[in-house]
Amino acid sequence: MRELNFANAIKEATDFCLESDQSVLLIGLGVPDPKGIFGTTTGLQDKYGDDRVMDMPLAENGMTGVVIGASLNGFRPILTHQRVEFALLSIEQIVNQAAKWFYMNAGQQNVPIVIRLIIGRGWGNGAQHTQSLESWFAHIPGLKVVMPSNAYDAKGLLISSVEDNNPVIFIEHRWLHNTIDFVPTDGYRVPIGKAKISREGRDVTIVTHSYMVLESIRCAEVLANYGISVEVLDLRSIRPLDTEAILLSVSKTLRVVVADNGWTQFGVSAEIISVITENIFDKLLSAPARIGINDSPSPSTRALAKNFYPRADKIAKIICEMMNEDLDMNILFPQSDIPLDIPDPSFTGPF
Amino acid sequence: MNSSPNELYFSMLRIRMVEEKISELYSEKEMRCPVHLSIGQEAVAVGVCEHLSQEDIAMSAHRAHAHYLAKGGNLKSMIAELYGKSTGCAMGKGGSMHLVDLQCGFFAAVPIVGSTIPIAVGVAWAFKLKKSSNIVAVFLGDGSTEEGVFFESLDFASLKNVPILFVCENNYYSVYSQLDVRQAPNRNISILAESHGIKTFSGDGNNIKQVSDITEKAVKYMKDNNSPAFLELETFRWLEHCGPSGDDELGYRKKGELDQWMKRDPIASYKAKIIEDEQLSEIEILETIEAISSEINEAFRFAKESPFPDSKVLNQHIYKD
Repeated sequence: MRELNFANAIKEATDFCLESDQSVLLIGLGVPDPKGIFGTTTGLQDKYGDDRVMDMPLAENGMTGVVIGASLNGFRPILTHQRVEFALLSIEQIVNQAAKWFYMNAGQQNVPIVIRLIIGRGWGNGAQHTQSLESWFAHIPGLKVVMPSNAYDAKGLLISSVEDNNPVIFIEHRWLHNTIDFVPTDGYRVPIGKAKISREGRDVTIVTHSYMVLESIRCAEVLANYGISVEVLDLRSIRPLDTEAILLSVSKTLRVVVADNGWTQFGVSAEIISVITENIFDKLLSAPARIGINDSPSPSTRALAKNFYPRADKIAKIICEMMNEDLDMNILFPQSDIPLDIPDPSFTGPF
Repeated sequence: MNSSPNELYFSMLRIRMVEEKISELYSEKEMRCPVHLSIGQEAVAVGVCEHLSQEDIAMSAHRAHAHYLAKGGNLKSMIAELYGKSTGCAMGKGGSMHLVDLQCGFFAAVPIVGSTIPIAVGVAWAFKLKKSSNIVAVFLGDGSTEEGVFFESLDFASLKNVPILFVCENNYYSVYSQLDVRQAPNRNISILAESHGIKTFSGDGNNIKQVSDITEKAVKYMKDNNSPAFLELETFRWLEHCGPSGDDELGYRKKGELDQWMKRDPIASYKAKIIEDEQLSEIEILETIEAISSEINEAFRFAKESPFPDSKVLNQHIYKD
């Protein structure tokens, strides 16, 4: 099977959708520029014309309204922003309008749009280019929130998102764009709302999503050498949340750590742990634990950022405490040669 | 389109009478949703919608009753919606601030000021992409011209030559805040639109003939030039911002301002004109009023007698399969 990186998988999914459905549009600041949203849109305007693949004014809220309007009149637009934070200018249209439209008119008009958002991390990006705000969107009934962790899922989930009849927030982690996976050339679908076991295990489940899946798998691989069997559950979608898969996995391992991409307070991990404790509290062998980014804005300097972003060693430490294993993290995860502010080169896949 | 003067008059009168009935019965507390009545502003709605075809689309904001009715929205469905009934235009899920009637091309109204403007531009842009000759009219108030999306929408509409008619009803107040505490004295709404390269037209929003003539010109301009257009029409709300009664006693408006505007009643002044022109007699008017009354009474009877939505409707229409 062919290998492809995540960014090209996004482009291939978009190309497939533009090709197979004339009503699909692609709009975003920089979509047709030479860098094409981190390489995810290059060449598409040449192929489909500037009516269907287009740049846009710096008007995030207005343009979100425009794509909602176009979706009410026969189109399936994909709107893309280079960072999640730019979409905050359009929270009004996303939350008040797109999410509620179908409900407010009692099912007469739906809003089939996809909004692609990108989360940054490291490389000095600082407070306004690194936020992981999926829980904001996931809080809202009417929105779907999708967060693939690998190129295969990215392609299949983007096609499903474009074909979905509802507004879908499609969140890509910048550190995933270069990761490589086996990606079929055809237009396959990955269902929205279905989690996937990325690695099977017996002793503890890490429930995670997006980039933190990579750190979780690394953690699982290292702990396996010390006889700790870790299951990694990749949520793939945050809303709808696959509670069945979460409960199934944790009912087997009876221990859980949630590795969140964002802040833990009021975040995705809070929701997942609530679901677990509400349903299988009395089965658990230890209290659920969670890890996320530090409870502060993100600093730019790598001197501070190293303690801001969680990595595999932090997850492993929690698991060891949970299992009363006294292992030295400095030995398990020798840090000296791993830069903390760029993606780990050893984790470009395939997996 | 091509309504006779009498028809324009009765369209305005019908809207007025619907609003008066809502005002009259609101105290029964069976219409349990906020209502923003259009009394005093009927001419803009009727004069603009006069030049829209059934396939053209209209959208509005919180004060939408007149626009919905002028576009041809179903009266029974609207009243039932205000009563929260299953027969309402949105099964009681929307209320007065979320009217919809797709049959007549009234797509939506929302109460977040300015928010339908870019959505309407998107609907119109889709017409252009589909090479359709239809247009979209979006009703907006003076307050919405202070919102960011107003400017974003003007820019995109002009950039892409979108077939949208912006209809600004300048009624000088946003809730209780008058224009001069919100907008600089030299600010001119029409010039804001013009400076985005959009052809603008302005006039007396209480003069149905003028509204209709200006709209006709604007729509012709749009079709001849494949471009958007902007109307600014002065008008005035008679009743309170939200609710069934007057609120002039609160003193937020200049003394005598309301009286002056009531003397410019779009309906009374037009009635005087068509009687003077001998196009209509008092008797004919009375007969038509009777017919409108019974239509309105029937709509209220229908709404009151309709069932509430079943409880299972609460969790319907969150996602479309």
